[in-house]
Amino acid sequence: MIPALGNFITEWAGWPEALDVLLLQNYNTRLVVLSTTLLGIASGIIGSFLLLRKRSLMGDALSHACLPGIGLAFIILVAFGGEGKYLPGLLLGALVTGLLGVGMVIAVRNTTRLKDDAAMGVVLSVFFGLGIAIMGLLQKMPGASAAGLEHFIYGKAASMVLSDFGFILTITVIVIAVSMLFLKEFVLLCFDDSFAATSGWSVTLLDMILLLLVAAITVVGLQAVGLILIIAFLITPAAAARFWTDDLRGMLVWAGILGGLSGWIGASVSALLPNLPAGSLIVLVGSGLFLFSMIFGNARGILKRYWKHLKLKRKVGRQHLLRSVFEIIEAELRGESREPVNMAVSVDRLQKHRTWTPKRLHHLIKAASKEDHIESFDAHTLRLSEAGFGEAARTTRNHRLWELYLISYADIAPSHVDRDADSVEHILNPDMVRELEARLLQKESSLAIPRSPHQIEEKGVTP
Amino acid sequence: MQANLENRPIATHEASYPLAIHDLTVAYSRKPVIWDIDLDIPEGKLVGVIGPNGAGKSTLLKACLDLVPKASGDVRIYGQIYRKNRNLVGYVPQRESVDWDFPISALDVVTMGLYGNIGWLKPVRSQHKAIALDALDRVGVAQLADRQISQLSGGQQQRVFIARALAQQAQLYFMDEPFAAVDAATERAVVELLQDLRNQGKTCVVVHHDLSTVTQYFDWVILLNMRVVAAGPTQTVFTQENLHKTYGGKLTLLVEASEALKNLGK
Repeated sequence: MIPALGNFITEWAGWPEALDVLLLQNYNTRLVVLSTTLLGIASGIIGSFLLLRKRSLMGDALSHACLPGIGLAFIILVAFGGEGKYLPGLLLGALVTGLLGVGMVIAVRNTTRLKDDAAMGVVLSVFFGLGIAIMGLLQKMPGASAAGLEHFIYGKAASMVLSDFGFILTITVIVIAVSMLFLKEFVLLCFDDSFAATSGWSVTLLDMILLLLVAAITVVGLQAVGLILIIAFLITPAAAARFWTDDLRGMLVWAGILGGLSGWIGASVSALLPNLPAGSLIVLVGSGLFLFSMIFGNARGILKRYWKHLKLKRKVGRQHLLRSVFEIIEAELRGESREPVNMAVSVDRLQKHRTWTPKRLHHLIKAASKEDHIESFDAHTLRLSEAGFGEAARTTRNHRLWELYLISYADIAPSHVDRDADSVEHILNPDMVRELEARLLQKESSLAIPRSPHQIEEKGVTP
Repeated sequence: MQANLENRPIATHEASYPLAIHDLTVAYSRKPVIWDIDLDIPEGKLVGVIGPNGAGKSTLLKACLDLVPKASGDVRIYGQIYRKNRNLVGYVPQRESVDWDFPISALDVVTMGLYGNIGWLKPVRSQHKAIALDALDRVGVAQLADRQISQLSGGQQQRVFIARALAQQAQLYFMDEPFAAVDAATERAVVELLQDLRNQGKTCVVVHHDLSTVTQYFDWVILLNMRVVAAGPTQTVFTQENLHKTYGGKLTLLVEASEALKNLGK
């Protein structure tokens, strides 16, 4: 460890202690870690709906609008002679102004020509500013600084007590249960709200229910994560989940797992390193999981997409090679007016057929022979296998069908068509090929390979 | 403009009409989009809604479906307001109106057509899935039921949308450009399906763009350009003269519209 981290080492309690925290063996941290894990699961699930409804930033406006509510609730509680630091009371205040903030965003959007983002920007800053002002005034009230209201801004998981845990547990269980109950309705709302409206669902009511769930999670999460970072708790696990699955139920499960993991690991590490607040660590862990998902996600992660791209590139290379061989055979036999049959072709000629470097051509031939498309090759000649020749004929046929299609339907000059055909032919699926056949070919010749609509020239060095 | 009046059928609100529109005007922020629409659509017809961009074709459909507020007038579905008879109505929105990257399968989308029947909070059961699968089969893509919707081609997505409306088991269908950007095979399949529906006595109101296929596809046409230029059986209404009025008359309509607005202020 480097000297700059010396501070931490003195705080670091050692691995056995770390394991105790992670495995919930330590009584002091058990409640905190359990709470943030639960919160992570619930916010992952409800955040997925928020993300799919394309209202991600609504959570941000909501959380910022909670701050004045906390301050006002504290004033009211004290004024009525109660204890200011009564969590359900404070959170009720947060809920009220939070929903008021969202209501104002909707009102601004509906009555002016401002779009959602501008309306949110305005409302968010007004409420947050108001909240900070109230917090400033509160500093003069007796007992206010001791209540630790500023913890709601940045979050302080360690300040949670048993009654807080019971409260968080109740709310998260309710939120998860209600969102499962409304699964069908929420899917419809998020996918196609106008269809929902025409088949008798009240879109406004459904949006209100969804918003209320988001508000509930935001408000109970304030204490642990803080109002600035809660948005990450809502959105990051949901966004990361999308890289792992194309199925909505799968997405909810993944988002729950990733959110729970962020809460668990983040709060545990924070318990071991008290200088680092739980909120920031939860967000950092969540972002780390997001990055991991973005790269390794098996549905739409970067590696998966790169792999698909690589496969297509290989396929394109193989098809170019096979088609070139076929075209050379075709040209050779045309002189003798014979149909193309499988025969050996010269590697030298193949190289001139397209602009291949010798190295690239060698690589392509190697790859094709691995796929049993090539029967034999040496430095000078190459002969396709039966399977390879069949594939070559099919590839050439698709290429020419596509060329014909472009010439007859897209008004592309025959001399330009080879290049355009190249980009699409590799992704033609059987349905598309049938469609091309139906449009372009006479019935009796439907199995034949059409002649190339343009002169096939050798692109290498002119002899 | 006077000459058009004789082409406008008088709306009667008889329950025998699947769709009767009376004096309908829709405005977006005080700018009228469709004016004073009067229409009675007879049962068992394939009805094409034709008109230039911005003529209010989608708005007309949305107004019939209570999706946009009406400035005035009313719409009756089999003699009742939309809310009372909405289970007689099926809807195919424009394909671009939703996010096709959404993480659900084709079957999930079609099942949505049944959510109205299933009702609040009740789960989707296997008999609902069977109906949905049958609807997918009718548009020829049953084999794609479990495919995530982003993996479908444009034509297949359109078929899924139509299957969802079929699953609604309606009497009156509204379709917003079901032929936009689809392949020829899909277009043929959809036309055959529409004809099937018509032969079962159902009525389809279809927003359509391709003038060359109007006479071939539709029994009835509504020529729309902010107001109904002409509506009626295709042979009598789909004339060169009416087309010219629909597609060439936009400017005069706008002049008229702004004058009407001025008068409104007096």
